[in-house]
Amino acid sequence: MNYRGIYAIYKFEMARTFRTITQSIASPVLSTILYFIVFGSAIGSRIEDINGITYSSFIVPGLIMLTILNQSISNSSFGIYFPKFSGTIYEILSAPISPFEITFGYVFAAASKSVLVGLVILITSSFFIEIVIFHPFWMIILLVLISITFSLFGFIIGIWADDFQKIQLIPSFVITPLTFLGGSFYSINMLPDFWQKISYFNPIVYLISAFRWSFYDNADVSIFSSFFAIIFFLIICLVVITLIFNTGYKIKQ
Amino acid sequence: MKNAIDIQNLQKSYPNGNQALKDINLSVKKGEIFALLGPNGAGKSTLINIICGITKKNKGKINVFGLDIVKSYKEARSLIGMVPQEIATDSFEKVINTLKFSRGLFNRPSSGEYLESILKSLALYEKKDHQIRTLSGGMKRRVMIAKALSHEPRVLFLDEPTAGVDVHLRKELWKNLADLKKNGVTIFLTTHYIEEAEKIADRIGIINKGKLIVMDTKKELIEKLGKKTLIITLNSPLKVISRDFNDYNFELKGNKLKFFFDYGENKKSISKLLNDLIKKKIDFKNIEIEKTNLEEIFLNILEK
Ligand SMILES: Nc1ncnc2c1ncn2[C@@H]1O[C@H](COP(=O)(O)OP(=O)(O)OP(=O)(O)O)[C@@H](O)[C@H]1O
Ligand SMILES: [Mg+2]
Repeated sequence: MNYRGIYAIYKFEMARTFRTITQSIASPVLSTILYFIVFGSAIGSRIEDINGITYSSFIVPGLIMLTILNQSISNSSFGIYFPKFSGTIYEILSAPISPFEITFGYVFAAASKSVLVGLVILITSSFFIEIVIFHPFWMIILLVLISITFSLFGFIIGIWADDFQKIQLIPSFVITPLTFLGGSFYSINMLPDFWQKISYFNPIVYLISAFRWSFYDNADVSIFSSFFAIIFFLIICLVVITLIFNTGYKIKQ
Repeated sequence: MKNAIDIQNLQKSYPNGNQALKDINLSVKKGEIFALLGPNGAGKSTLINIICGITKKNKGKINVFGLDIVKSYKEARSLIGMVPQEIATDSFEKVINTLKFSRGLFNRPSSGEYLESILKSLALYEKKDHQIRTLSGGMKRRVMIAKALSHEPRVLFLDEPTAGVDVHLRKELWKNLADLKKNGVTIFLTTHYIEEAEKIADRIGIINKGKLIVMDTKKELIEKLGKKTLIITLNSPLKVISRDFNDYNFELKGNKLKFFFDYGENKKSISKLLNDLIKKKIDFKNIEIEKTNLEEIFLNILEK
């Protein structure tokens, strides 16, 4: 194993994060505050409690999920796409480092950043509401697991993409809509029967439900099916990345 | 094992159908400086990129210090440093940090001392804490060379290392390469400047349209492919010359008599010629010898 190589990539990516600290950390914090002001205070005060939880508290896990999913994908897709774009990828390709090790470096850097952002949002929220976390251990596990899974997903997008637009494509047209419709701001139990059933096909529902469960010990779908969904998605990403590497990836001609 | 690089039957076609390399066979000896010359689009960069793992080959076998570059890619690559043709740097990184990154990527334990010595030898030490984007183009290229050296490679690939580097620094760079050679580093470079190949290379290969046309030492190349012209200034102009000279390839213009020799025809025929001149009582007051240089050889080969 080329541990130093993995660490070099990890460190490089983290340095990039801290160099662009405003964009990387401040901007998700700002949008969270805006969500709080609009949905939490302004509109939320007129919405009744959901399962005994005030609306502003209810949206915290969903907000974190919304940011985490987008951050994970954009961090790692940009992380691997940019060297392809600028040409600096030559060095990584010529180094004694395996595709698996490269993936490891980028994905863990992206996931670390996401976890960091998630925790920052949590802390920001605590200025607005009192935060209660029922299952802190599982909260952290879920945060880390989901960050890794979606960073891996983003890495696949970054390898596949050959222009900047394609990087934006899936987050904007798939992930964000599914997150909004996946119960970030409402419980899917509030939906009419038909839409509830449809929602079960939305994988994001399982993530948000599990994450909210770790906060308030109540979930839209069973926690086991949630874990199953997360692990299933992680495995799919791992299989896809292995296939990409085995069949010759798009970076090399 | 005396070769640093061994290439057998290498072929490469790009996905769009461009056939960039057609059956290349080439060896570079340990510790030598090898220069690959060729016009634009000849396949020089493709060849380097394949050896270094940036592009995939279609067919053929490549060994670096006896290690197969596909099967033992980790071992092989850790011996290789490479500087691509295009400048590509991480603009916002500091010079010293980008070197640390390179060294780590190649799985070498950190060594600030060694990295500083590279920066000094490439006249970059003063810039060590500057962001790369604040450097000039020539400096950026030197940063890329420093990166390639950061993990102490045993063979260094340079794709047009002196493009965009000023005359002074070009000379400096040649000196750096000579020093590296002294330390046992094998160097493989491509260039458009024949002067460069002539100055620093032990052996020269010429590639055109994906085919390696010749490969030899500079001396042999000139001897094999060069021409010599003997220019004799006669005491008095001649209109015709004895038929005995028909064996020679010559040209007569007033008092200038020119004989053309291939390098292969050796000194014997020159002395024979002089003898023949004396025998025929042709008086001359001056003899000059003109040799073709590498540049003319290069152009000749490409025209064929
Ligand atoms: N990515 C690519 N896709 C398709 N064809 C390519 C690609 N890269 C190079 N080629 C083609 O392969 C051939 C060799 O190109 P290469 O870059 O190796 O030439 P070169 O000798 O380095 O030229 P130069 O002196 O201009 O750098 C050219 O015909 C070129 O058009
Ligand atoms: Mg080239």
